[in-house]
Amino acid sequence: MQKIGVFVCHCGTNIAGTVDVKAVAEALGKEPGVVFSTEYQYMCSEAGQNLIKDAIKNYGLTGIVVCSCSPRMHEATFRKTAAAAGLNSYMVEIANIREQCSWIHKDVKVATEKAIVLGRTAIAKVALNTPLTASETPVVKRALVIGGGIAGIQTALDIADAGYEVDLVEKEPTIGGKMAQIDKTFPTLDCAACILTPKMVDCAQNEKIHIYAYSEVESVKGFVGNFNVTIKKKARFVDETKCTGCGICTEKCPMKKTPNLFNLGLDNRSAIYIPFAQAIPKIATIDADYCNMLKNGKCGVCSKVCAAGAIDYKQQDQYIEQQYGAIVVATGFNPIKLDNYSEFAYNESPDVVTSLELERLMNAAGPNGGTLLRPSDKTHPHTIVFVQCVGSRDTTDCGKPYCSKICCMYTAKHAMLIRDKYPDTEVYVFYMDVRTPGKNFDEFYRRAVEDYGVHYIKGMVGKVMPQPDGKLLVRGSDLLTDEQLKIEADMVVLAAAIEPDKTARPLATMLTASMDTNDFFTEAHPKLRPVESPTAGIFLSGVCQGPKDIPETVAQASAAAAKVIGLLAKPALKSNPCTAHSDENLCNGCSSCERVCPYGAISYVDKEFRMPDRTTKVRRVASVNPAVCQGCGACTVACPSGAMDLSGFSNKQIMAEVDAICR
Amino acid sequence: MQEVMKKRAKELLASGEVTRVIGWKKNEFDYDITPAVFETAEAIDRDFVYDDFCGPNLSKFTFQHQKNDTKTLVFLKPCDTYSMTQMVTEHRVNRDALYIIGIPCFGKIDIEKIKADGMTGILSVTSEGADVKVHTLYGDKTYVKIDVMAERCLACKSKYHTIYDELIGEEGEVMETDRFDQVKELEAMTPDQRFEFWRGELSRCIRCNACRNACPACTCESCVFDNPESGIAQKAAADSFEENMFHIIRAFHVAGRCTDCGECSRVCPQHIPLHLLNRKFISDINGYYGEYQAGEEVGQRAPLVNFTKEDVEPDVVAKGGK
Repeated sequence: MQKIGVFVCHCGTNIAGTVDVKAVAEALGKEPGVVFSTEYQYMCSEAGQNLIKDAIKNYGLTGIVVCSCSPRMHEATFRKTAAAAGLNSYMVEIANIREQCSWIHKDVKVATEKAIVLGRTAIAKVALNTPLTASETPVVKRALVIGGGIAGIQTALDIADAGYEVDLVEKEPTIGGKMAQIDKTFPTLDCAACILTPKMVDCAQNEKIHIYAYSEVESVKGFVGNFNVTIKKKARFVDETKCTGCGICTEKCPMKKTPNLFNLGLDNRSAIYIPFAQAIPKIATIDADYCNMLKNGKCGVCSKVCAAGAIDYKQQDQYIEQQYGAIVVATGFNPIKLDNYSEFAYNESPDVVTSLELERLMNAAGPNGGTLLRPSDKTHPHTIVFVQCVGSRDTTDCGKPYCSKICCMYTAKHAMLIRDKYPDTEVYVFYMDVRTPGKNFDEFYRRAVEDYGVHYIKGMVGKVMPQPDGKLLVRGSDLLTDEQLKIEADMVVLAAAIEPDKTARPLATMLTASMDTNDFFTEAHPKLRPVESPTAGIFLSGVCQGPKDIPETVAQASAAAAKVIGLLAKPALKSNPCTAHSDENLCNGCSSCERVCPYGAISYVDKEFRMPDRTTKVRRVASVNPAVCQGCGACTVACPSGAMDLSGFSNKQIMAEVDAICR
Repeated sequence: MQEVMKKRAKELLASGEVTRVIGWKKNEFDYDITPAVFETAEAIDRDFVYDDFCGPNLSKFTFQHQKNDTKTLVFLKPCDTYSMTQMVTEHRVNRDALYIIGIPCFGKIDIEKIKADGMTGILSVTSEGADVKVHTLYGDKTYVKIDVMAERCLACKSKYHTIYDELIGEEGEVMETDRFDQVKELEAMTPDQRFEFWRGELSRCIRCNACRNACPACTCESCVFDNPESGIAQKAAADSFEENMFHIIRAFHVAGRCTDCGECSRVCPQHIPLHLLNRKFISDINGYYGEYQAGEEVGQRAPLVNFTKEDVEPDVVAKGGK
């Protein structure tokens, strides 16, 4: 006979404000099997937990239901409470009457009624619970960092520093990411390469770090502590072990008309290339889309000039399998495509550029060797108009609803640098708001306005019209003076919104890590667990989680590393006892479960069964490895005959819950 | 064709290559054909038949009558091979214990269409080329075959055999069909109209389980409807809605595995167009995950039990129903 105790939490006024907790406790006290029902102000407090422990002992409870907040918050707390009172911790069910009830309803009557239904559902489930015992699984002492920008680099360095092996996967031929493309960094104006490249070199020299450049994650299997990852090492057509990075091939390659992607296509490079001088690893890569040898089988110059004999036109993609205890996502961002913003004439005039393109135009390793020249005629621009919030804070379908966070500061930086180097150039900045929270940020912006005479105009640019004389006619409005402005500019710079890299979504699916509507990875808790994904063992570093500047990215990268180190330092992880098992009498051996299992936990065995007519029959039946099963339940719904069931979430329990809701 | 098949079956029996033959057997009437196991040349000579009434899909019958310790010859029409391939994929039959001969099919006759035309006292029906001659107590009538062909054959999806050890006749091709036309008509209805349509159709169900017994995707060791532990068995008998639930649950269970062989509708004594439920699922799966035909190839991964990075996100799945 079940003896169930019900504990309804007020959560201060969080629940009690909208739910009549006394009425809930009273109603649930009348449910079959319930022998004790009460309410208390804070069930998670020590007094509240003692109340539960006492009730378990005094009433000999066989199961308890706590009506409180989400099980994400305090399920672990109450499981420990139950265990301390001698009750199996899996005989505890949480009815979430806060996030799923009191917080989303205003009407007390409705909310109370719903709280009773939620409580009733949990009682129906706990009545069918069985005691379960957790076992332990080992942790693979190796971490994977996906993305080799400053976020991934910092995370990898910190994890390696703690003595663990780290693999750093980067889809481009070199690590460095967006920061490598930036000229100077705000608010100190030190050169990005000068502070980034030492860290890149550290990565290359650290014997704990293995860099997989020009590689992508192909598949992820397994679970926290034991991920199985396949990495695709894309063919560079250059033998990494032989290439010395001398660069003779890039000089001799006749295909000089290949767009230089590192300079965002502002100039050209050869078909075989090293992205930039400080690239790590410094190994040449052949761009298969442009190489004449790979396309038509004619040329072979690079192969002839390579003294190391590193060129290999027949190189294939390689697949590497590796096990990891933890995975860090650091996939970063890209500026949005500006095709939807025809008013700014980005696709019409080469003199309308994005801010990232301006970084390259101003950089010493950029197309103009560091002299700012108009892309169209290579003349010195005398009037430059900056447009902020291009696609940021845009609630139409064209852009992004969020603030990209970095644009105010880098625009102030650009304006200041231009005024400093070319005092004869007038600089206008159109803005919606100037947002400068951050250490020394507002001071920096004020310097741009007060010391460097940058013209800040509150208002938006309505249209940019390329003129026959090569000028750009910028029409905008000044909201403070309520004037319509017409500016004849030589260049227009658009602060394009940033968005998560496109590779993030398929990766999120592979990792079963959740994303928000803007494709930023969701954190386990927005305030208290900002660097963890809700999926155990997956951590977040950098802009993949939300817009950030470099100092914030580096801070988060180190935080993610600290979480990874904490996980890898554990000798073993308590495994979840809620695993699947198959009823062999019902199992068809059809393989449906094996195919949906994301963890590869299911295999098949031939077993002999006694038939009703005293004959025996050998049948193929599923067998679950409980050490590998993570209890996701995919197999239980895929099974056509209902042979698969999940401990702690059995089909019967779920049916009982549904029945209790529909009663 | 029938004679070629008989000859080959007897040869294989005589050589000891197989010890049993699964084919079709004539009953009292020409059009009343049932699947059967033949174990001797005499039985084949006496009863074996292959004509335009041999509609029953022998794959399910093979599953029910399979023996592991001996080899069985089975004749499969193109659409039967899809069912067989699917069963092999699901490890429901032992491929090694089967010798499969693929045979051509030019569409099967639906006797109900002839009866619906008012023909009674039918003594025999013979089919030659495009002519179907019906000989009755009250006189004879000749039909054009296409007018009396089964609905599923009019929307034939393939003349190609997906699994066989040898072929009799020439291999055909996968056909272009308009088999989703009726699904589109149903989709065009309002939810209320659709609900009424299905209530009307399903209310005729007498729960004879013929559909389940004939369905080559229904091969479970123990059906959830027969298993009191499943919690579903009683759901399908809870109220007047039971028949509806039975068929809808069954359609869900075979979703992604149904090869659209049409046996469910063929065997239904109440003439419920059950295949439309399955076709709706097939058309949805095609729409969401790209064209997929169950039973095309052994070992293929059905979209519903597979994962690709291109899979639709759940929010893409349309809302509907009542």
